[in-house]
Formats: sequence, structure tokens, C-alpha cells
Amino acid sequence: MSGPLVLGIETSCDETGVGLVRGQDLLADAVASSVAEHARFGGIVPEVASRAHLEAMQPTVQRALDGAGVRLRDVDAIAVTAGPGLAGALQVGVCAAKAYSLALGKPLYAVNHLAAHIAVDQLEHGPLPRPAVALLVSGGHSSLLLVPDLAGEVVPLGQTIDDAAGEAYDKVARLLGLPFPGGPPIDAAAVSGNAAAISFPRGKYRDGSYDFSFSGLKTSVARWIEARQRSGEHVPVADVAASFQEAVVDVLTRKAVDACRDHGVGHLIIGGGVAANSRLRALAAERCAAAGVAVRVPRPGLCTDNGAMVAALGAELLARGMPPSPLTAPADSSLPVTSVLVG
Amino acid sequence: MLMLAFDTATPAVAVALHDGRAVLAEATTVDARRQGEILAATIASLLARVGLRPADLSVIAVGVGPGPYTSLRAGLATAHALGGALDIGVHGVCTLDVMAREAAPACGRDFLVATDARRREVYWARYGPGGERAEGPGVGPPASLPASLPTAGEGPWLYPDTMGPATGPRYPSAGVLAAMAAEAIGRRVPLLPPNPLYLRRPDARVPGPVKRVTPEPTAAPVAGRE
Ligand SMILES: [Zn+2]
Repeated sequence: MSGPLVLGIETSCDETGVGLVRGQDLLADAVASSVAEHARFGGIVPEVASRAHLEAMQPTVQRALDGAGVRLRDVDAIAVTAGPGLAGALQVGVCAAKAYSLALGKPLYAVNHLAAHIAVDQLEHGPLPRPAVALLVSGGHSSLLLVPDLAGEVVPLGQTIDDAAGEAYDKVARLLGLPFPGGPPIDAAAVSGNAAAISFPRGKYRDGSYDFSFSGLKTSVARWIEARQRSGEHVPVADVAASFQEAVVDVLTRKAVDACRDHGVGHLIIGGGVAANSRLRALAAERCAAAGVAVRVPRPGLCTDNGAMVAALGAELLARGMPPSPLTAPADSSLPVTSVLVG
Repeated sequence: MLMLAFDTATPAVAVALHDGRAVLAEATTVDARRQGEILAATIASLLARVGLRPADLSVIAVGVGPGPYTSLRAGLATAHALGGALDIGVHGVCTLDVMAREAAPACGRDFLVATDARRREVYWARYGPGGERAEGPGVGPPASLPASLPTAGEGPWLYPDTMGPATGPRYPSAGVLAAMAAEAIGRRVPLLPPNPLYLRRPDARVPGPVKRVTPEPTAAPVAGRE
């Protein structure tokens, strides 16, 4: 293996992620999650996440170095998520990354979290096709992007106008008495359910935009469950989970395929925590095959937030000769996806 | 010895280099929202000013607050990573003690140090005439503190009607922080671990029962309802 060794740091939400990439080869991906500390609150508590990042940062860096069998002084560049994300959480990673950059005398790449979700696929499936369409879905984001060139140009096509898809999963899980985060338990419950049992609304399904809306869906699931409870009937958890999941996944894949067709793009990349969802993967594969679009989804461990994705994007920007970020680069909780690299 | 000392527990980003005897270089920038943007660049420029490299550093001293958490953590995350990368020791010093050290000579009596804790509260500690901490650190409304005592820090500037006469520094000096840490290290007095002094629990509420989205029917009860 050859190429520069890049250390990637990710702290935009509840995962402290540290990855090491050489060229586009993944050497180590260490993640410490504070998700268990948030579970009883039913959502991510920003201050709890920030405290956990500070505590986990040094041990997680060490774990990544040990896993890769390299030393910190071997690192050629530092990449870090500058945004979007939780302000206090981002700050911990950005300050640590700047300190590494300063101490080691190596360049800093302060990068966009969403672009990193796309870049990570290179570690598994090789160079990104240009152009590509990317569908990024997680608890914090639901975006459809046109990516002519990840290092040069990312064009937002659509995004959620209310809840992120993962947020809708969390809320529906709570209605069904399933644990937080809601994605995995709903996916598991849906396996034995009938996805056609209940016809939940598909928000913005045929409005011609690439935007998403999941708030109305969540409310109709709540209404449906309440009506059942009110009439003393049993709530069929598996059917509700499967029907809800089908409504989410139907809209996501439909709009993603539409975007590929409308822009004449033959490649779809799916990323973000919800990309670990089995039904999303299956329906995307089916619809893309029908539309003649090649679909790429990283393995589940690389879909959720991690440091390897940040290292992968840093390595790409370094290889493309992009100028590094200054030590004054800000953490920006609402960094637009058009800013792949903070200059 | 080459010590790097800094503090981000107040709106000031205070940075100093100290050789064990004296301050070599010092810089303070007041900007409550940009600690994370200012700190590393300031460290780099101070090192350049004295013609030294990060690898020349032998020890780090960092203010551990109390202070607003996001800016406080900017300092601590920086200190941890620098210490780890350079393989040098990192020591903590209470930020209020640093201001007390500077305020004590002019006071000659008991005094307070109070800094902005936001939400109309202050972080505070009470000191004896020699600058030794007698009470605190704590967090609370300015009105809960004795208004008769001279007070260092930003507290009396923010709450002039409630807090005692302003004295001493408004923000901590990294040069004083470095001198205190160097002195403690020289006398083999233990310093604090480099962890934030969190005086409040995170804001988080365990959610109550799921809220209904449909109104309770007020008309005649539906047959079959429990
Ligand atoms: Zn993400």
C-alpha cells in the first residue's frame, strides 16, 4: 500500500470517530459512541455528546493508531469534520485536529460531513464515478445531491423540509414502544410485518421537487395508533413498522431514481445511518436495476458516522492538490454542502 | 523548561510561553464566540515569535474553568491533543484561581472572583487576603453573593448593580497561569488533572408519555371504549 497517511476525526453528533486511511485504503476505523447515554432521553442531548467526545478523543485516536500499526508522527495530514452538526460537538474534534496539525507540522483539511459520507464509498468500491447522484439519510440529514466531482462541485438537489428520515424512525419507534435509536428496531420488527397492511401517506411524493417531508407521515402513524388504542384494539407493531418503513423508503428511492434519470446520471451512492436499513438497500437495488442506474452503498459500518469517511475525503482532497485549511478554520454547525473544504 | 499555558474559560483566549523563570511571549484576544478559531493560530504565532517549534515544548498548563462549556472544551481538547502528540505532560489550573492570584495584592482583604456563567448566573469563588481559595468554585445568581466584597473577573462588569466593586483583572492572564503552574511544578505541588470543572448537569429531560396528536373526543362515548 502506498500514498499519504491521513488521520480523520469525526465528532458532529454522538459518535467519536477516528479513522486512518493510506491513499484510499482503510487501515483503521475506531468509533466510540455515546448513544447509550442518550437513549433514556429519546434523542441526542448535545451537551452529553460534547462531554463524551472530549473524554473519548484521546483513547479513540490511540485505538485507531494501534489498529493500523502506525505512530502519530507517521501521519501526513489531518482531516476533520467542520460541519454540519452539533456546534459543541464539532468544536471538540476541530480543536483536537488543529492541535495535531500544529504539533505534527502537517496540513489540516476541515471538511464537510455530508461530502465525507459520499467519499467513504471509495474505500470499498474504488474511485467515485463522475458524475454521481448521492442520497444521504440519517438521524440528522436527508439530502439528495448531484455530485459532478466531489473535490470540486457538489450541487444540492433536495433535502428534508422538516424531520430527517432517521428522526421519523426515532419518533415512530417511540410510538411503538421500541428503543432509541429507532432505525434498527423498526427494521427488525418490519421483517415479520406486512408493508402493504396500512397505506401511510408519501409526503411530497409527486410534487416534482427532490425535497422530502417526513413530519406528516410521523403524525399519521401516531393517529393510526391512537385510533386503534382508543377502540381498544391491539396495535400490530410489525405491520405498522413495515408499512411506515415502506412509506419512507418508497419516497427516498423514488426521488433518488428520478434525480438520476432527470440529470442523465448513471450512478447512485447511498450513505448515512439510514443507508444501513435493509429495506432501503433492497428497494434501491430493485428500482435502480429497473432504471439502468448502478447503485453503490458502503457496508453498514461505514454508513453510520465514523472517522474513516473523513479521512477518505481528506485523502481525496490531498491527492487532488487542494490547499489545506488554515488553523483559524471555524467549526460551522450549518456548513452548506457546497463547501466541501473549509478554506 | 518550555511551558505553553492557555485558558479559554472566559471570553478571552489567553496564551503564554514561559521558560520556568519568566514569560517569553503572551497574547490575549477577547472574542466570546471564536475561541476554537483563535487558540491554535495564536499558539503557532507565539512560537514563531520566539523562534521555537512545537517540539520544543516540554509541558502544558491549561485553565480548567469553570466556564461556558463549549469554549472551555476548546482549550481542553487542544491541550489533550497537543500533549498526546508531543508526548508531554498536561496540567490543569482553576481559572478563577489564576485571576485571584493577580487580584490579591491590590485587595488586602477577602474578595471574590466571578465570571460569566450565562443564564444570568456567575461562576464564583471566594478568596482570603493572600489569594488562597476559601470557598467555591460554585455557580449561581450574582445576588446570592456578598455585594460588599471587591470582585475580580467579568461579574461586576456584567452585574454592576448586584455585585461588589470591581477589582483585579477582568479576564485571566496566561502569563500568571504559567507562573503559577511553573511554581507548583518546581515545588512538586500537584496541579489539577486537565479535565473541565463542570458545575452544572447537562440540560436534558427524560421525556414524559407520548403526546397525543388526535384530540380526546368530547361527543358521546364510542361503544367499545375502555
Ligand atoms: Zn452523518
